[in-house]
Amino acid sequence: MKMGDMKIPVALTVNGEDVAADVEPRTSLADFLREQLRLTAIHLGCEHGVCGACTVLIDGTPARSCIALAVALEGADVRTLEGLAADPVMRTIKDAFHQEHGLQCGFCTPGMLITAWDLIKIMPDPDAAAVRVAISGNLCRCTGYQGIVRSILRAAGEVRTCRQREGA
Amino acid sequence: MKPAPFAYHRARSVEDAVSALANCSGTAQALAGGQSLVPMLNLRLVLVDLVVDLGAIAALKVASETPSSIRYGALLPHVAFEERRVPDASNGLMPLVAAHIAYRAVRTRGTIGGAIALADPAADWLTAMLALEAQIALIGSNGRRTMPIADFVTGPYSTTLGPAELIEAVEVPRRAATERWGRCKVVRKTGEYAESMAIAVIDRTRRTARVVVGALDGAPVLLPGAALAALADRSGDVQEIVRSELAASAFTPAQLELHSNVALRAIKHACA
Repeated sequence: MKMGDMKIPVALTVNGEDVAADVEPRTSLADFLREQLRLTAIHLGCEHGVCGACTVLIDGTPARSCIALAVALEGADVRTLEGLAADPVMRTIKDAFHQEHGLQCGFCTPGMLITAWDLIKIMPDPDAAAVRVAISGNLCRCTGYQGIVRSILRAAGEVRTCRQREGA
Repeated sequence: MKPAPFAYHRARSVEDAVSALANCSGTAQALAGGQSLVPMLNLRLVLVDLVVDLGAIAALKVASETPSSIRYGALLPHVAFEERRVPDASNGLMPLVAAHIAYRAVRTRGTIGGAIALADPAADWLTAMLALEAQIALIGSNGRRTMPIADFVTGPYSTTLGPAELIEAVEVPRRAATERWGRCKVVRKTGEYAESMAIAVIDRTRRTARVVVGALDGAPVLLPGAALAALADRSGDVQEIVRSELAASAFTPAQLELHSNVALRAIKHACA
């Protein structure tokens, strides 16, 4: 067996659950999540860090899973779209994408949703220009982005309203 | 999976990483944030026998302060500068530069040391560190050495980094509060690699100025004549001097126009 074919043990947290596995060093986090854990919300488009479809949260911040090596994520906390299914902000964002035609074919959508979730977290009241900058690393070939920008603005507004109500 | 097979070593310390690099019989490569290396492995532009992962070395992820400078660990991600999680030596220039590197999902992983080690001519940190007169602290099988970034970067993707050597830290001298900076970057699309970028730092009190143009065919270049003219407030001469200093690099007329305008805008912002 050649050195490069040797599998290496890695232990990390995925969507709140401890995962331990042996992986080939060249396995990307995206392939590990899709093929070993069957988390298929991760979409693989370009596989070299340009299209953003594979975006996940690593230790709470967005990252591209196609250019992260699974073996290098020892101890990391990874969250995918599946792991945010019950998250109230993510539910609001998904509803807004439905209302405002934020998707057509849906291929870029998981990455767009993660990016939108992160944007609303760090910038609760973005304007359209800020949304466009935030999603500039996520390519969509269907919508022309208009619907996506509207969706994220709507979701951000609804999250703010909700928080104000909770605060009042 | 796309890369060709390679072996993997998770380094426990910088010394362990250096010895793993030194003891590899084939091609070994240090892995920092991986935001350039892994795409290059995926595209099979780079073939390596061994990847030495620096990601678990906590000592490379801290910043430490001295009265005259701030030493930034090589593995600090761009987002740490952008969000001011580390002290700033540059009157706000470094946080701004960091905030405009690629996309947020790249800035959370990509590191200052990794970007400088790769020495992509369009890398934002190269131009910024040359403007700020940073020192690059290296550790290798022959021990430690420190050198100005101007000596470290020798050309496009070319540095004086030895085969069993890695960047330990980037030391930025604390810039005077009287210094003003200007920056200009031209990109076709937000987050893309720059077509051109320039940074000017001008301190009229201490009578110092530097103008750097980057995203060229090779390493970023200093325009000392333009810096002197800007400092002397000879704004009428600055345009001519920028052009003549850049003309030495044999650009096409369009490139010369682009880089000149970017340099002039940076100077203008620093003088404003």
